[in-house]
Amino acid sequence: MAKKVLVLGEVRDGELRNVSYEAVAAAREIAEGGEIVSVLCGESVSGLADNLIHYGADRVLVVEDEKLETYTTDGYAQALLQVIDQENPEGIVFGHTAMGKDLSPRLAAKLGSGLVSDVTGIENTGGNLIYTRPIYSGKAFEKKIITDGISFVTIRPNNIAALEKDESRSGDVTNVDVSIMDLRTIVKEIVRKTTDGVDLSEAKIIVAGGRGVKSAEGFGPLEELAEVLGAAVGASRGACDAEYCDYGLQIGQTGKVVTPDLYIACGISGAIQHLAGMSNSKIIVAINKDPEANIFNIADYGIVGDLFEVVPKLTEEFKKVLV
Amino acid sequence: MNIYVILKRTFDTEEKIAIENGKISEDGVEFIINPYDEYAVEEAIKLRDEHGGEVTVVTVGEEESDKQLRTALAMGADKAVLIDDEDVEDGDQFSTAKILAAYFEDKEVDIILGGNVAIDGASGQVGPRLAELLDIPHVTTITKLEIDGMDVKIERDVEGDVEVIETSLPVLVTAQQGLNEPRYPSLPGIMKAKKKPLEELEIDDLDLDEDEVEGKTRTLEVYLPPEKQAGKVLEGELDDQVKELVSLLRSEAKVI
Repeated sequence: MAKKVLVLGEVRDGELRNVSYEAVAAAREIAEGGEIVSVLCGESVSGLADNLIHYGADRVLVVEDEKLETYTTDGYAQALLQVIDQENPEGIVFGHTAMGKDLSPRLAAKLGSGLVSDVTGIENTGGNLIYTRPIYSGKAFEKKIITDGISFVTIRPNNIAALEKDESRSGDVTNVDVSIMDLRTIVKEIVRKTTDGVDLSEAKIIVAGGRGVKSAEGFGPLEELAEVLGAAVGASRGACDAEYCDYGLQIGQTGKVVTPDLYIACGISGAIQHLAGMSNSKIIVAINKDPEANIFNIADYGIVGDLFEVVPKLTEEFKKVLV
Repeated sequence: MNIYVILKRTFDTEEKIAIENGKISEDGVEFIINPYDEYAVEEAIKLRDEHGGEVTVVTVGEEESDKQLRTALAMGADKAVLIDDEDVEDGDQFSTAKILAAYFEDKEVDIILGGNVAIDGASGQVGPRLAELLDIPHVTTITKLEIDGMDVKIERDVEGDVEVIETSLPVLVTAQQGLNEPRYPSLPGIMKAKKKPLEELEIDDLDLDEDEVEGKTRTLEVYLPPEKQAGKVLEGELDDQVKELVSLLRSEAKVI
């Protein structure tokens, strides 16, 4: 049965996040031939609307208000509730990002709906939409259905492929006026700590360090390799606990769960808690001095050696072949 | 201050997962307080020590969750409440939030703290859902919390960046790693915890019908991912290994 499905387009640094295009593809699956309506919220975001159409949305609703310039739960919740009320969708898809995680449960609670979060796959079996999601940080998976209310779904970045961009697609872009009342939380300041803009959860390549990096400075060679590859840098809990790096970089059952195309583990032994956060990466490379390290049991390729010797050589080799 | 913590009993992070009769097996498994909820307990105790009042830890779950509640009491919480949800069929995050909202209905609340996510189901839904049902604001993934009268100043982690937020009580917050360093229960703390009140409630006690709290989603199947096979450990001179690796990543794995 064809359904109308909304997709929240998420803007960061003036651009749509890749996960928003993936969300459009997910919405296509859920809509079963129905209409995909993307929603863009912000202060001046209408210029991005066509991108969503090129990636598969049928039309775009633009909600522009100065109170939506910075994301707040209340501001976005009020805007989306008014859009939902106007459109009566049967489903709504978000990226499983800081914003999606913060907003979607609040809206689902307001509307008494089921929400399946952190979805990595969607299949349609005889008209039943079945959502796959990792549990226990990827040590296991579950398949779920939504039984009541508007179907709320958040999708994990990097798992559901976006559709091919098609610049010949066209669709309506409409402004929607909403009234945003008082915001109970106010964002006073945003302190940028991420420098290169490659977010761990969306990165295609991750270079991660463990206790083997030995110090904060020890991350230097990893950062150089990451720069050559356009990768994000991550860390194990061991490296974070030893204060070699910020907790924001931690990958594992506590910390971020990532599924990049390539994960290069440097000086990481491979504790269960770390493997839970990265073992579903497509290709894993392990570099470790200890040939018995557990990480080699799940790595596709391994080099036994000192990371301070291996990583700079690897950087040089990539530099040669990637020019 | 009336300080509440919502917490969940979870598998220890070092546990492997096994499936028996289509369900995750709990045989011989060590249970802990969900690590993110532990930050919430610690922060609640610090708030009480600074502002006075009382810390109540609340969980919805199996009977056996009393052990994790006792641990929270031993850390320094004052009271605990265990709401047994055994009778709830197909419970999900909707159910848990609804049960908690019914519990909080007649409570004077200044602040509710929880973890931003549980390491088992990892939906991260219960906190924001509960805040919505109680009609109070919420702030997720917080790394710093300061309260002055009714004013609340928060720092939250947003994918590595820090957002500075102002709001006011009452509020619900969810803890992110980095908020604090949870204390270990002391021996006197453990002794005292045995005498602290632990109230056990059932769904009926909250004037809820079982069908009111039935989940809005259903789990069809739980399964383990295919086991990852150990791959190729390269051999030879290091320079050759590095060349071979780069070439394999490009031609065989095709990820670069």
